[in-house]
Amino acid sequence: MPTGRIPEGPGCHQPVIELSDVSFAYERRPIIEHLHFTVRERDFALLAGPNGAGKTTLLKLIVGLLEPDGGEVRLFGEPARRFRQRERIGYVPQKNAFNPLFPATVREVVLSGMYGRHKLFRRLTKADYQKVDDAMQALGIEDLAGKRIGMLSGGQQQRVFLARALVNSPALLILDEPTVGIDAETQDSFYHLIRHMHQHHNITFLMVSHDRERFRSYLDDAPAAEAGRLKFYVRHSHDREDCVETDLTHSLREYRRAAEEPALVR
Amino acid sequence: MDFFQRALIGGALIAAAGPLLGLFLVLRRLSMIGDTLSHVSVAGVAAGYLLGLGSPAAGGMAAALLATLAIERLRKAYKTYAELSIAIMMAGGIALASLLFSLDRGFGVNITSYLFGSIYTLDTADLIWIAAVTILVLAAVLLQYKEWFLMTFDEDAAAVGGLPTRTLNLIMSVLTALVISVSIKIVGALLVSALLTIPAACGLLAARSFRQSVLLAVGIAEAAVLAGLLAAGYWNLAPGGTVVLLLIAVLLAQLVIKRRLSL
Repeated sequence: MPTGRIPEGPGCHQPVIELSDVSFAYERRPIIEHLHFTVRERDFALLAGPNGAGKTTLLKLIVGLLEPDGGEVRLFGEPARRFRQRERIGYVPQKNAFNPLFPATVREVVLSGMYGRHKLFRRLTKADYQKVDDAMQALGIEDLAGKRIGMLSGGQQQRVFLARALVNSPALLILDEPTVGIDAETQDSFYHLIRHMHQHHNITFLMVSHDRERFRSYLDDAPAAEAGRLKFYVRHSHDREDCVETDLTHSLREYRRAAEEPALVR
Repeated sequence: MDFFQRALIGGALIAAAGPLLGLFLVLRRLSMIGDTLSHVSVAGVAAGYLLGLGSPAAGGMAAALLATLAIERLRKAYKTYAELSIAIMMAGGIALASLLFSLDRGFGVNITSYLFGSIYTLDTADLIWIAAVTILVLAAVLLQYKEWFLMTFDEDAAAVGGLPTRTLNLIMSVLTALVISVSIKIVGALLVSALLTIPAACGLLAARSFRQSVLLAVGIAEAAVLAGLLAAGYWNLAPGGTVVLLLIAVLLAQLVIKRRLSL
């Protein structure tokens, strides 16, 4: 993963997700009306709301899979529907998003993080495979590389999907209900890792969750925006001066060593 | 080349193309598509005879392609009842085929040879068609292995990653229609989908990785088709039925072994 400095100061607080006056209806039932919201570089945004409030719909609008009925959605300054640099987005799906009997190894799953638009019909390079190895090592799943994904525990699977999302060193990391169905202890260590990544790297986070309580201490009390029963909470980054990007895999390895985190991989 | 050699070559080609597509279809829970397309395809063959087309097989291929586009449409329109539209098309296809075949008794062929296959009547033109479709399928899988894997494993991630999922879906559907329409002469419309799905099931059962399941599905299908055709030729059995029963026997053997190992 690349090491480097990006411009300091306001240069690292550019808008990543911009919703201006966004409205969307599903089968004539308005789900989102006139929503304004901006997530800037290095912000940590939580999209919270009960099931059926439209979290998935909004997520699809944000990543450009749906077109709003009114208003505009922008990603990294470009209209979301036309945004092409898809490798800048890392995506961790809901736990139940895949068939547990699917015959894929951990390595094949992490590798699939490379299979986006920027590699369409192209061969992967040696450097790509190296990034996959690095990501697996950084998250401590290298010993599981040859195991079938369905045989792993929920916490282990979560790490595999996180590794997959990180292989392209994304600028925006989207986590869709990442810990549903995972025990509390494993959830704690997962969020600890997420916070570490947020505090030490130039990654903007968008987390979708029905559980706001868990983030109460980390986020502003008042929602930054609301749409029906959907609420956006943010931890803004403008108080932070440092815009220096450190090597993600190196830092995650250091983190694992320092935290002596509970062995997820036995 | 005698008829038996042509049968072996045709069988070997389709045993590569069928399971390759079948694996993706099974994993995307579209196993039934094979049956539907093959049934509609027989109706197309019958229409081809009735209209006096030079090649009735072209009628079958056209019908399968139309059906695949119709299914895509219906799947979008009736998301919750997707399997219903498939069931209706399947029944409609075979009903139409039997009706068309009964309209004109001068075809010189009977419907049975399309329902159960007539691999010993493959001619050189058939073989060229089968080879062309097999090459298309192999090329598509080699070129789009990554993309098909991601679409099959996690369609949301494929969409977020900016893959042209609609186009990729369409390519997969069209190839499925082509494979099915050229396979009908080999194993028959009633058994075509078995050639797509049973090797895939065998691969899924034994493989650890996705790559392994692809190789296993094709390997098992090749072995079953060649052994089945040889056995059928030797003992004068129905070739399509022999191949499919062999495939089922392999699957059952795998299940038994797996159970023994886990006890």
